[in-house]
Amino acid sequence: MSALAAGLLQADRLQWSVGGQRVVDQVTLALAPGQWTALVGPNGAGKSSLLALLAGLHRPDAGQVLLAGRPLADWPARQRAQRLAWMSQQGEAEGEIIGVDVVGLGRLPHQGLFGAPTADDMAAVQAAMAETASTPFAARRLSTLSGGERQRMLLSRALAAQSPVLLLDEPTTHLDAPHQRALVRSLLQRARAGAAVLAVMHDLNLALMADRLLVLHHGRLVADGPPDDAALQQRLVAVFDQAFSIAALPGPQGRRWVAVPAL
Amino acid sequence: MQMARPSSRLFARLFARLFARPLLTAWRLAGLLALLALLGIAAGLAAGSEGWSLAWHDDAVLIQAIRAPRSLGALAAGMLLGLAGALAQGLFRNPLADPYLLGSAAGAGLGVVLALAAGGALAGSAAMPPLGWLRELGLVGAAFCGALGGVALTLLLAGGAARPLQLLLCGVVVGVLMGAASDLLLLVSPEALRGRQVFLLGTTGFLGWPALGWLAGALALVLPLACWFGRALDALVLGDASARSLGLRLPALRLLLVGLMALATGTAVSQVGLVGFVGLVAPHLVRRLVPVTHRALLALSAAAGGVLLLAADVAARSLIAPQELPVGVLTALLGGVYLLVLLRRQRGGR
Repeated sequence: MSALAAGLLQADRLQWSVGGQRVVDQVTLALAPGQWTALVGPNGAGKSSLLALLAGLHRPDAGQVLLAGRPLADWPARQRAQRLAWMSQQGEAEGEIIGVDVVGLGRLPHQGLFGAPTADDMAAVQAAMAETASTPFAARRLSTLSGGERQRMLLSRALAAQSPVLLLDEPTTHLDAPHQRALVRSLLQRARAGAAVLAVMHDLNLALMADRLLVLHHGRLVADGPPDDAALQQRLVAVFDQAFSIAALPGPQGRRWVAVPAL
Repeated sequence: MQMARPSSRLFARLFARLFARPLLTAWRLAGLLALLALLGIAAGLAAGSEGWSLAWHDDAVLIQAIRAPRSLGALAAGMLLGLAGALAQGLFRNPLADPYLLGSAAGAGLGVVLALAAGGALAGSAAMPPLGWLRELGLVGAAFCGALGGVALTLLLAGGAARPLQLLLCGVVVGVLMGAASDLLLLVSPEALRGRQVFLLGTTGFLGWPALGWLAGALALVLPLACWFGRALDALVLGDASARSLGLRLPALRLLLVGLMALATGTAVSQVGLVGFVGLVAPHLVRRLVPVTHRALLALSAAAGGVLLLAADVAARSLIAPQELPVGVLTALLGGVYLLVLLRRQRGGR
């Protein structure tokens, strides 16, 4: 299977309701390999729900998700998990399991429930931990880690899967500035290596660095395009109730966009 | 900070940490527990109603007929309870979960009361003295069926094992309902009360070779299967959604693990009654001593549970010899004190 086909995730008129409330409404999108996409929107816009639908964790009321051209529901669970990694918003992970074993879980789809870790698995785990700088607490119990350290551990878990599709729900939660930067760099690096990366971003300044921006409002996809698209920026500001304006900053690699809070 | 690429210095530090883990590793703990089990067995063979005796030859008959199966049986029953406790705590992601929480205790109680009441009615009508061994076998079977029946009813009410919270609540409901049914039956045939008390108090005194056979058989079935599927419990640490995203068929796996837990608990309850705290404390002890994944945790918890119940059994026989304490009272006492110490330490910041 070519990298292009394996990395392609499509949503076709996705619809999903909870308790009579339409949470995801007629969302159609396609994630291309090699692209880092940020998903933004106000609280309650349905970002996490959309991500979970794309990961196959909910069954949509209508529409479907295609992974490499094949409906997600038709994929055997393990094969789907090899191609698609998902990280939840609030890492509810707690317990006495140590860091390196958490990251090792990312290899579970490759090993299967009964398999033993191979040299490939161990290399992937080490690389993922180095990527988030979580190697120093590999031997520490999860319950003794700080919020940021745990978040990096869980991120490594998602990265260790080395899947062509990477879905991350607010990966920058709890991270300080250097680790946010490291995360953005590694998302870009994953995308350049051919992965389709979709991350729900709370921090708009980080989101504006993505290759592509998806703006969700009341469950509907109201804008989809590169961050420098003027119409998209207008939509973005409107959706967030004019709480900020978007300004251009000159930089060494061309213009950069920042969200400036409006008072 | 160097985050983008692996740094050899960091790895050197990682491996130094991994291998310089203080004192106990999983393997060393396993060796320690095996040694303790051997010591416990030796003590169990020596502990008689007239104090400890090392005259193996003179006591050969006693040892062969009574002390050996009893000591080995206590070890096996403790192993089943420790394993069931580790399964429960992993399944419900709750360090306070114990093997009895899905209705198996109340189910076993109801089973025993039913059997006793039916036996009493039968004996009354036919005026036939019930045969000792038949009666005992009937009670063991009734307790076993009751325990599994309790868990099955819980699963039925919860609509499967997909929602853990639902399962826990239904376990409570089944416990209350079956307890009430037992109480009602006891009103009709009060003579069953004593029998239930004796049977379910938690005692290793009835363990013979056949009992050991059942316990060992259950252990041989449940322990390898539990360890084999134990990796799923590691994934559950990350939460249900993450475990599913890793490609696990969670409802089926949960059902299987609940079934294994019920089988382990039911077999133990039917042979030694309701021995408390072993299933709760054993996994705690292991987790505190070594950080392990669930495969090792399940096996080590079984070993720790076996050692705990064996030690309690030897103590129950020796402390007020020639009298005997019910082992369940001892484990409750020891377990309670252990948890208290643990709580105090946690309050004091370890």
